[in-house]
Amino acid sequence: MIIDLQRVALTYQSPDGEVDALENVSFGMEDGEFVSIVGPSGCGKSTLLSLIAGLEKPSGGRILVDGEPVTAPSPKIGFMPQRDQLFEWRNIWSNVTLGLKVRRQNTPEQEAHVRELLERYGLSEFALKRPSQLSGGMRQRCALIRTLATEPRILLLDEPFSALDYQTRLSVSADIYRIIRQEHKTALLVTHDISEAISMSDRVVVLTHRPAAVRAIHDLGTLRALGPMERRDAPEFRTYFNSIWKELDVNA
Amino acid sequence: MPEKAPSVQRLAYLRAGKRRTVSIHVLQVSLLIFSLGLWELAARLGWVDAFIVSSPSRVAATFLSLNRSGDLWLHVGTSCLETVVGFLLGTVLGTLIAVALWWSDFVSRILDPYLVVLNALPKTALGPIFIVWIGAGTGSIIAMTLAISIIVTILNMHVGFLSTDENKIRLMRTLGAGRGQILRMLVFPSNYATLFNTLKVNVGLSWVGVIMGEFLVSKAGLGYLIVYGSQVFNMDLVMTTVFILAIAAVVMYQGVLWLEKLLEKRLGVIV
Repeated sequence: MIIDLQRVALTYQSPDGEVDALENVSFGMEDGEFVSIVGPSGCGKSTLLSLIAGLEKPSGGRILVDGEPVTAPSPKIGFMPQRDQLFEWRNIWSNVTLGLKVRRQNTPEQEAHVRELLERYGLSEFALKRPSQLSGGMRQRCALIRTLATEPRILLLDEPFSALDYQTRLSVSADIYRIIRQEHKTALLVTHDISEAISMSDRVVVLTHRPAAVRAIHDLGTLRALGPMERRDAPEFRTYFNSIWKELDVNA
Repeated sequence: MPEKAPSVQRLAYLRAGKRRTVSIHVLQVSLLIFSLGLWELAARLGWVDAFIVSSPSRVAATFLSLNRSGDLWLHVGTSCLETVVGFLLGTVLGTLIAVALWWSDFVSRILDPYLVVLNALPKTALGPIFIVWIGAGTGSIIAMTLAISIIVTILNMHVGFLSTDENKIRLMRTLGAGRGQILRMLVFPSNYATLFNTLKVNVGLSWVGVIMGEFLVSKAGLGYLIVYGSQVFNMDLVMTTVFILAIAAVVMYQGVLWLEKLLEKRLGVIV
């Protein structure tokens, strides 16, 4: 297993008291797998990603990435944040090479790799443009390439499409899905959109209300072979949707 | 592709816009000429005492004689130098302290009440203290300017630094960035507008500091000329100096605007 969460718990301390964010979260991911986490809003989904990324420490349980406990941000993990978070004062090229510069890995070979990624995903002609000159979908692709530039094995996606309108969202999620598959990455996506989770992943992890624990894990079985758009037309899609919807218990 | 001819409505819209701009400029200039004309007329026809209120022609004559004697540039140069030095020191030191406060929340909490008191205190009250400590001269004037601009700089820049997007900081951390890198590559450039807004405020404040300082203690400078002129009842000199001061302050403010535009395009390359 490339990611292994063992009874992960997190309690925040603040002057007003203790907040139990995560109670008992356990699941694992195989290399190359695409897993989505859905849960009621405010249940600590994003917090879980921060823990895996090594930005925070769990107050209980263990997180293993590639067999080793997580202690600090690791080059094995790439993070795709909410909205694209491209820096407007940098052009596209210097945005996508941000991670290389931070890690001081901006060698000619690494830069050639990024140039190849831009070329492969149709962005090379925009290298010298500002982020605001690009469409929402292209910005999202740049954000993904920025993540891929440092060659992580695992991608953590924190509701990356939440700022996009519905139409753009459908095509961008299909686009990002295709790139992640093509680059053979392991991906963990946090989303509040059930259909997005079903259309992109191999498995869907459903969390409970706060303090979050794993409520159910769905293996999407035959849907795995289909692309995001085809899945939405498949008959099983509704079945999965309905059972996840019930488990989320939105009215509770 | 052939250029499409603009529609009638478009042409009418453009014409109306142009007419409006032209009339605004014409009225701006007319207002100036009218005010100066009225002032001159009032002085010549004896409606007001030209000895007390001066007049545009007397201001012009004073300006020319100041220029001829060479004193003009001494005074302008002295004040500008003091303003620029005070302005730069205030901005640089204020920003450095704001960085320290951003770096350590602990330090920031300790210093908070002191900053509140220093911000509320009228800094001109410190003038006599500086004169006693530093001596009657340029040093005291610069200290005064610094005292006026540094606190505002610290507070503005600190608030700006703290408002940096949490999600961008999170992204930088996952990329493996340390605090220094986050500061240089994210916090500074995303506060570019804050920095320049602070600079614009500081240009004005620095002039207040310099003129106040020169009122208290000086042998040269525009503040000195104003005080000297009023003491010997030479209102022509006072009025002329106020005009020169207005021009110098505007030139410096425009300089900041120009610098802001110049650096904005290169921001991505610098940081």
